[in-house]
Amino acid sequence: MGQITLRNVKKSFGEVDVIPSLDLTIENGEFVVFVGPSGCGKSTLLRLIAGLEDASGGSIEIDGVDATSLPPTKRGLAMVFQSYALYPHMSVRKNIAFPLKMAGMSAADAASKVEAAAKVLNLGDYLDRRPGQLSGGQRQRVAIGRAIVREPAAFLFDEPLSNLDAALRVSMRQEISELHQTLKTTMVYVTHDQVEAMTMADKIVVLHAGRIEQVGSPLDLYRSPVNTFVAGFIGSPKMNFIEGAEAEKHNAAMLGVRPEHIDIVEDGPWQGTIGLSEHLGSDTFLKVLVDGIGTLNVRGTGEVGLHTGDKVSLAPQPGKLHRFGKDGKALS
Amino acid sequence: MATLNSRRAARLMISPAVLLLLAWMVVPLAMTIYFSMLRYNLLMPGMESWAGFDNYRWFLTDPAFFAAIGNTMKLVLGVLFITTVGGVLLALLLDQPFWGQGIVRVLVIAPFFVMPTVSALVWKNMFLNPVNGLFAHAAKALGLQPYDFLSHAPLASIIGIVAWQWLPFATLILLTALQSLDREQMDAAEMDGASPLQRFGYITLPHLGRSITVVILIQTIFLLSVFAEILVTTNGGPGTASTNLTYLVYAQSLLSFDVGMGSAGGVVAVILANIVAIFLMRMIGKNLER
Ligand SMILES: Nc1ncnc2c1ncn2[C@@H]1O[C@H](COP(=O)(O)OP(=O)(O)OP(=O)(O)O)[C@@H](O)[C@H]1O
Ligand SMILES: [Mg+2]
Repeated sequence: MGQITLRNVKKSFGEVDVIPSLDLTIENGEFVVFVGPSGCGKSTLLRLIAGLEDASGGSIEIDGVDATSLPPTKRGLAMVFQSYALYPHMSVRKNIAFPLKMAGMSAADAASKVEAAAKVLNLGDYLDRRPGQLSGGQRQRVAIGRAIVREPAAFLFDEPLSNLDAALRVSMRQEISELHQTLKTTMVYVTHDQVEAMTMADKIVVLHAGRIEQVGSPLDLYRSPVNTFVAGFIGSPKMNFIEGAEAEKHNAAMLGVRPEHIDIVEDGPWQGTIGLSEHLGSDTFLKVLVDGIGTLNVRGTGEVGLHTGDKVSLAPQPGKLHRFGKDGKALS
Repeated sequence: MATLNSRRAARLMISPAVLLLLAWMVVPLAMTIYFSMLRYNLLMPGMESWAGFDNYRWFLTDPAFFAAIGNTMKLVLGVLFITTVGGVLLALLLDQPFWGQGIVRVLVIAPFFVMPTVSALVWKNMFLNPVNGLFAHAAKALGLQPYDFLSHAPLASIIGIVAWQWLPFATLILLTALQSLDREQMDAAEMDGASPLQRFGYITLPHLGRSITVVILIQTIFLLSVFAEILVTTNGGPGTASTNLTYLVYAQSLLSFDVGMGSAGGVVAVILANIVAIFLMRMIGKNLER
């Protein structure tokens, strides 16, 4: 079990309204990712769900039970922190067994659970080390181990991979996804990393200044963002935005087109000069100064034989233009 | 950069300071050892004669010596106990957010800035005095007999005075240690189901371990040589009830004018302090390793 429902949840620190009012339902077994710019309230929202912060208003239900005023322990959730938050003076074994010990489980039962968790997470060889003697990835696995032994109703992750290097991030990302597939437990995951959000999520929640901008599957958000914020936030490299005469031609205040949806053609509607070209082998990123529009980022597949200063003609792919109104909302 | 050359230069540069400090330490120590081997009484100047280890024998077999050792231990352990336990509790209290925090923190540190002599005098005359002291007034107000602290519980009173002086030091060090405790660790422990008391026992206290050892080490060094508080309040009495080793050395050499005995006592005190220091260093080393 692990259904979480937020109704009208508010949070303010003194004068500052960090979360004005928020409704959200997280289904049992779902992998939900919160994304948003720094300071938008992702961690605060997660801590509200965990019970580490008290809501200033509204209600939080976990599996149909009102948990708004329950202390963290009673909510049956487990959290993995960005700084790992391992207990430095305890061995890995004791760290993982700590929640079991607090729950009053017998030492023998706890030991067998720790062994099982260590097996899942490949921690067998490190059980008697201190956290200080582990690498970042190992520490993160210990933190996850401490979370899974409790068999929680849901896992909460607060940017768990942001302290790891790029290669390790990729493998840990896959490990967490696999863990989700084996355990089938609800997971709520906070990140500001595009790729993590797109690859791991069943459902992405885009937050902006404490408000939900859009909720949907990764590809939903990619294909049909409801406003310019989501359009600009989801997708890498960022969507191009075009204002002015060109937008008016399409009856919109603003046009959006993703770099990968612009083709280099013989004779297209947009003419321009290449300002910068980045050749990655698998992709080529071009910055094109288009007459009457401004700079557009264009993504070419594979090796493209174009360089700075070359003249090109561009055309947006049909049906891939996003139109936005004056208020930034998408027009259908 | 620690190249061979720069290290040699560094050694050369600090050598004057080291030599000066060495001379500063070695000369008095050597003279003390020399005096301790003499029959040297200030009442009979010019009559010094070689005494060998007689002074040590007399000093170590003097019943006052055992009393002094016991008192020194009681004083050091008593003050250490009060300041570490009290320091942890006060630091926990001061770490809570409350109105006027800044001012309260400054006030808590204040006793540390008062000179030992002054604070002992203040305690003696304004708090502990059986006629004019605040405690006497309080006792009278409650209809009780005023208690003469300094004559009936001299050592306990001195322990109280010294602990009052050192409590701020312990509190301050422990407070900074508390503030360096990772908040996410506490949150994690809360999620793991630890009660506030368990969080204190399993997370806070181990985190404070190092700072507590530092507090104990530094305080022990200073507490072994408490002197002013005793001189000002009880003069080591009644009898030898509040005489510690430092005060005994003073009493031998300057009250009985026996410089030889006093010096022997000084050397004994130095040896004992070094034994304590070695034990402490080992304990610290073990605790600081992690
Ligand atoms: N204890 C607090 N007191 C006052 N303001 C706070 C407190 N905690 C968070 N805030 C404010 O709430 C806002 C949201 O903070 P939060 O930590 O949730 O952001 P975030 O989305 O997790 O950002 P990041 O991606 O940088 O971690 C910030 O503006 C922050 O300054
Ligand atoms: Mg955060």
